[in-house]
Amino acid sequence: MSDFIAVVLFIGVIAYALFGGADYGAGFWDLTAGGAARGRPVRELINVSISPVWEANHTWLIFCFVTIWTAFPQAFTAMTTTLYIPLGLAALGIVARGSGFAFRHALAQGRGELISGVAFACSSVLTPFFFGTVAGGIASGRVPSAGHGDALSSWLNPTSVLGGVLAVTVCPYLAAVFLTGQAQRRADTALEKAFRRRAFGAGIGAGLVALVGVFVLRADSPRLFHQLSTVGAPLLVVSGLCGLAALLLLRKGSPPVVRTLAAIAITTVVGGWGVAEYPYLLGTHLTIQQAAAPTATLWVLIAVSFVAVVLIVPSLLLLYSLQLRRKLG
Amino acid sequence: MVLSALLTAADPPQLLPAREQMAFTLGFHIILVPFGLAFTFMMLVCHYRALRRGDQQALVLAQRWSKVAAVLFAVGAVSGTVLTFELGLLWPGLMGKYGPAFGFPFAVEGLFFFLEAIFVAIYIYGWKRLPPWPHFFTGVVVTLAGVGGTASVIAANSWMNQPAGIAVRNGRVVGVIPSRVFFNGAFWWEMVHMLLAAYIVAGFMVAGVYAWGLLKGRRDHYHRLGFAVPFTVAAIAMPLQLLVGDTIARQVYDREPAKFSAIELLPTTGDHVPETLGGIFVDGKVRYGIQLPEVASILAGFTPSTTIKGFGAIPAAVRPTDSVVSIVHLAFDVMVATASLLLLLALWFACLWWRRREVPTNRWFLRSSAVSGLVALVSLESGWVVTEVGRQPWTVVGLLLTENAVATQGNLWPLFATVLVIYACVAVGALYVLRTLRRRWSEEGAEAAVVPYGPRAAPATNGHPLGGDDA
Repeated sequence: MSDFIAVVLFIGVIAYALFGGADYGAGFWDLTAGGAARGRPVRELINVSISPVWEANHTWLIFCFVTIWTAFPQAFTAMTTTLYIPLGLAALGIVARGSGFAFRHALAQGRGELISGVAFACSSVLTPFFFGTVAGGIASGRVPSAGHGDALSSWLNPTSVLGGVLAVTVCPYLAAVFLTGQAQRRADTALEKAFRRRAFGAGIGAGLVALVGVFVLRADSPRLFHQLSTVGAPLLVVSGLCGLAALLLLRKGSPPVVRTLAAIAITTVVGGWGVAEYPYLLGTHLTIQQAAAPTATLWVLIAVSFVAVVLIVPSLLLLYSLQLRRKLG
Repeated sequence: MVLSALLTAADPPQLLPAREQMAFTLGFHIILVPFGLAFTFMMLVCHYRALRRGDQQALVLAQRWSKVAAVLFAVGAVSGTVLTFELGLLWPGLMGKYGPAFGFPFAVEGLFFFLEAIFVAIYIYGWKRLPPWPHFFTGVVVTLAGVGGTASVIAANSWMNQPAGIAVRNGRVVGVIPSRVFFNGAFWWEMVHMLLAAYIVAGFMVAGVYAWGLLKGRRDHYHRLGFAVPFTVAAIAMPLQLLVGDTIARQVYDREPAKFSAIELLPTTGDHVPETLGGIFVDGKVRYGIQLPEVASILAGFTPSTTIKGFGAIPAAVRPTDSVVSIVHLAFDVMVATASLLLLLALWFACLWWRRREVPTNRWFLRSSAVSGLVALVSLESGWVVTEVGRQPWTVVGLLLTENAVATQGNLWPLFATVLVIYACVAVGALYVLRTLRRRWSEEGAEAAVVPYGPRAAPATNGHPLGGDDA
């Protein structure tokens, strides 16, 4: 049963990587859109595309937090007492980002809009970096079961930096893929082309980081590398193929196909991480079973996941379909 | 500051920054809660009126309020996310040990928050292209999800006050009875209390803005409605809140004697206990208060012979410090005093309304209403201080001391300092945005505002801007 909850947790992580990731990535393109006048069309597209969905997208993070602290409390505090620096910075980044975005949306052109826009864009790039380092610290087994691991080397290490850089490149890639579709729906050919180009560039970048990552992991996280190259290998192969196919189709293909391929590529990478860790939650010192809460609590979480499937998933689909059909805005 | 006085030499070094930061961020977040929870309800009242009676001004109000709600909901969402992080970063002793019990109400809350975030977005961004009634009902989902979310968070909080439903062996929670954790002894009343508080704060706050406009001579339908709807909601909730609060006080007397002794500023157990108004506890004595003979005993048990336990009887190791006692007592007094003022204001409104059947134009009434939102906010914050500080030195009463819940890693001061700076920016930003919106709307006027639902073909002169669906 604890395995089932671990799967649920990972579904949350994957959802956050996809939806939250696309949100963060939009902030990256916002930051690099150029001056106030030149960047306006890009920023406007980002505004209308993510305004209605960003809060729902970020609820996946809350979902991950509550699931982990309820189901695996010991692992949760082990992480928070070790990785408190990147987690704290990520929390602050989320505040700056969310408020900045909401304020900018409400303000007309002017200084206020500019300042809140900068806050939004900068924190959109920094926050996923910190989350990436957290993932790297956990994946490379640097979080001791009892917590209170090294405050710096737990997240300033090759695997963590790889995680951070990968997050910072994958997010813009995802966002560019999503925004291509949004631009196409608005029949804005110039923007559509621009985002196809951006997606291509970011995709190449993410692919290169992933390739370098293979060597980093082999040197820095032998167990993770071993697991990824054995049990995790099928998932990574699927990821690589989808990523490559998406890249080839980017210039001409229809956005929904590219979007699906890109989403599968990300899902399988994150899933691969999960498979590689199994049956451990932390390094090779805390298993899922050992960390699990009493059965009754796990049943509550199963019930919550069930309700989420029947209630939240249809609601999310409604939101996204309204958004895609341009009924919101 | 005040809290530094709470710290004794033996306390762990992170206790002060952790408590200050938690208090600050929670105190910040709790201001936004009423807007996510109750403001949406008032929006729907206007929306309903607009759909039923074709009241175009009500529609403009609902639409503008939804824009304000969008901004405040966003700030509430991110400040709520910070609290999620803080539970782990500041209170690992609580989460690591009691996560299986204390944690799962937040999982339930996550569901409600998800629903809220989804439907608030559909509602806020659905004005232009969704059909009127389905659009209205997406707002209803938001209001209901808000109630569920509040219930879940309060379940976790009230469990800290009256923990139940767990079995602990060797310092580990080995058994959980979820229903007894969630519906613990303090749950129902605390939840109703918070729910009413949210409606009261949001009601008076919003009404205050329009009272200001009425004072400046803007007496049009738009301003009268903008005042009447939220004020009525708050005025209905206010007397209920006093009844609920009174019941809770007796329940606290019954089940949380330590907190009650602090509320009553009572060091020694006894009967015929006087009610002390104001005053603090220093050097082992109650000072500077006004005492009403026998009132505390009568309020607690309806007879002067009711015995109330004093905090002096609590073992020294887990006794609240003098300053904790004083803070809890004063916060309670402030809460009751401000709530009483608000009740008077609600009664005043009822009298004026009963005589004239219209939104009052009495200048002193409007002046009082204009500041009532801030008074309500003070009441909310002090009530929250009573619950939280009143539980000290415990985090989970009888099970976990705050000094054992707090983080021991690193140094929390830099984090706290950064939080202060960022939150100050967010607060300034939010106020600036709200002011900008207000200016834009007052320049635009209510009549010229773009009417939602379809093209602007139906001008204001039509009288039935929504077509044929009104009765």
